[in-house]
Amino acid sequence: MTARFTLARAAGATAAGLSKLTGRGGGTTIGGRITLLVDPHALEQAALGREIALVSGTNGKTTTRSLLVAALRTREPVVSNSGGANLPTGLTAALATDRTSRLGVLEVDEPYLPRVAAAVHPKAAVLLNLSRDQLDRYAEVRRLAGIWHDALTASPEITAVANCDDPLVTWAATGAGKQIWVSAGQRWQSDSTACPVCGDVLVRDADGWRSGCGLARPTPEWSVTGRTVTDPAGTSYDVELSLPGDVNVGNAALAAAAASLWGVQARDAFDAMRTIGAVEGRYLQTTYDGRPVRLLLAKNPAGWSEALAMTQPDAPVVVAVNARAQDGRDPSWLWDVPFEVLRGRPAVATGERSRDVAVRLRYAGVEHIRVDDEAEAIRAAQGHGQLEVLANYTAFQTYRRVVGDA
Amino acid sequence: MPDPLRIALIYPSLLGTYGDGGNASVLAQRLRWRGIAAETIDVGMDDAVPEQADVYVLGGGEDVAQTLAVSKLANGALGRAAEAGRPVFAVCAGFQILGETFLDGRGDTHAGLGLIDCRTDRLNGPRAVGELLAEPAVDGLSGTLTGYENHGGRTVLGSAAQPFATVRSGVGNGDAGVDGAVQGSVVATYLHGPALARNPALADYLLTRAVGSTLEPIDDTDEEELRRERLSFVRRAERTRWWRRQWRPPAQGA
Repeated sequence: MTARFTLARAAGATAAGLSKLTGRGGGTTIGGRITLLVDPHALEQAALGREIALVSGTNGKTTTRSLLVAALRTREPVVSNSGGANLPTGLTAALATDRTSRLGVLEVDEPYLPRVAAAVHPKAAVLLNLSRDQLDRYAEVRRLAGIWHDALTASPEITAVANCDDPLVTWAATGAGKQIWVSAGQRWQSDSTACPVCGDVLVRDADGWRSGCGLARPTPEWSVTGRTVTDPAGTSYDVELSLPGDVNVGNAALAAAAASLWGVQARDAFDAMRTIGAVEGRYLQTTYDGRPVRLLLAKNPAGWSEALAMTQPDAPVVVAVNARAQDGRDPSWLWDVPFEVLRGRPAVATGERSRDVAVRLRYAGVEHIRVDDEAEAIRAAQGHGQLEVLANYTAFQTYRRVVGDA
Repeated sequence: MPDPLRIALIYPSLLGTYGDGGNASVLAQRLRWRGIAAETIDVGMDDAVPEQADVYVLGGGEDVAQTLAVSKLANGALGRAAEAGRPVFAVCAGFQILGETFLDGRGDTHAGLGLIDCRTDRLNGPRAVGELLAEPAVDGLSGTLTGYENHGGRTVLGSAAQPFATVRSGVGNGDAGVDGAVQGSVVATYLHGPALARNPALADYLLTRAVGSTLEPIDDTDEEELRRERLSFVRRAERTRWWRRQWRPPAQGA
């Protein structure tokens, strides 16, 4: 460890402390930024001597990170980045403030995977899925798969724990020196119609998918059927999670496969994962103004499709959408989401782009009202029983504050 | 009961990256709300493009998908439909592939379908990403057009194609201050949003041509609210940009 890093870490801690003290925020981002400013190699330094797993993908990063942390903590303490701080600044802050844990699990924003992998020399990279998200920033999904592929090729010591049902993820993972293939499912297939390598149409059938150039779904070592996960030894586990949705069984399988690299038995991993209820507000069940409310985060068409499938049938819904930089400035993706499934259910459009939501619901044939204020939207919702609040990234943060979760 | 009007959505799995499939839903709903039966046909890559659809809709897509789409559409029913005067509405990548040439994922020039006299290469500056505001330049269509553009292509129109709109804010074709193209029954633009959700007048312009008679008005309160909000957003952003320029004028040649 260099003297420069020791100084950088102290400077970052001071900045984070001041930021917290003056009530400016949690201090994670500013602390990490100061540390990196004093020592540009701080992330590399802070990772020295640790065994790290990275988690990345369009959807499920935070949840899967938290499932993997639970599994690995059955063995020993684990350092991890929380609060959605998944850029190099947040990762630096997380690692710099924990000096003892030998294991680390870091969720990484997709385009930063190459930079982070080069700095922290991870043992494993858990690759969940890739689909359209924030197209105003990234333009094309395939390009992200390409930079992952190149990053893994450059670091052959990384084991890719990859969802082989997703062709883009599979192609990216073929760049790695070693792979553990997990059949974790893919509900959203609209971004992998064409082969990422040759551009040919991908053929899909009961056996998976394949392309004319030879790229095809690899045989998985781990697979998911309903709520059952089968490990490489052929042992099947009924996975009971506190988290809803089939998609989270897939995430649990990926986390268990990654944990097996550290010798964690699948049974122990799944038992530990059961303790995870809400993850940073996601899936949080609470009451607001005497009304039972559940918060569901959905950031892009694939995520919204999953979230809509998780809602209780007939439950009233609030659809909250913003279009800030972190959300993507263009909410055209609303038209890729099957809102038609909400027909006959009471719906409220809210968020800074509530007017876009209202027009979308109108054409989907969903009766709705539009309310500007997020808290008022909960009160205005018709119907009885649990209210499902579906919100995209920054609108979700607003709702965490509304219900007093953050 | 007469046959329903048929709206063919061409290869949504390839040309559907930016929500443009919504254009087909908007067309169908606006017919149904007027008591006219309508059906949308999602044309998959292994399906034949229908010969007798009443409107054809193409959306935006990624470079690789765009090249795949054009190879499937070459010498097919879409060209015959355009020749027969059936309305074709194309957005972004869908617009580019209807031209004479466009650039593929590798940056090589690729032949388009030749339904529009235009050629697409690269914008000189950065990718055009942001709100796009334009005034329609075609007869029978009025009201400011609003949408969101996201493309790296620059499209230059030839003499047989007319501009679709004059750009007020944003980039559009990146040439001659215009957006899109109109040639015969083909209407093309860089507007996402989807374009027809943000501009119901444009949806009705296309439907009037498909139906062959004028259509009853519809209560578009939701759409009008959205349009007002977007137009005022762009005006505010323009003002901010103007003040920034006064504060710090751009360097010469930039």
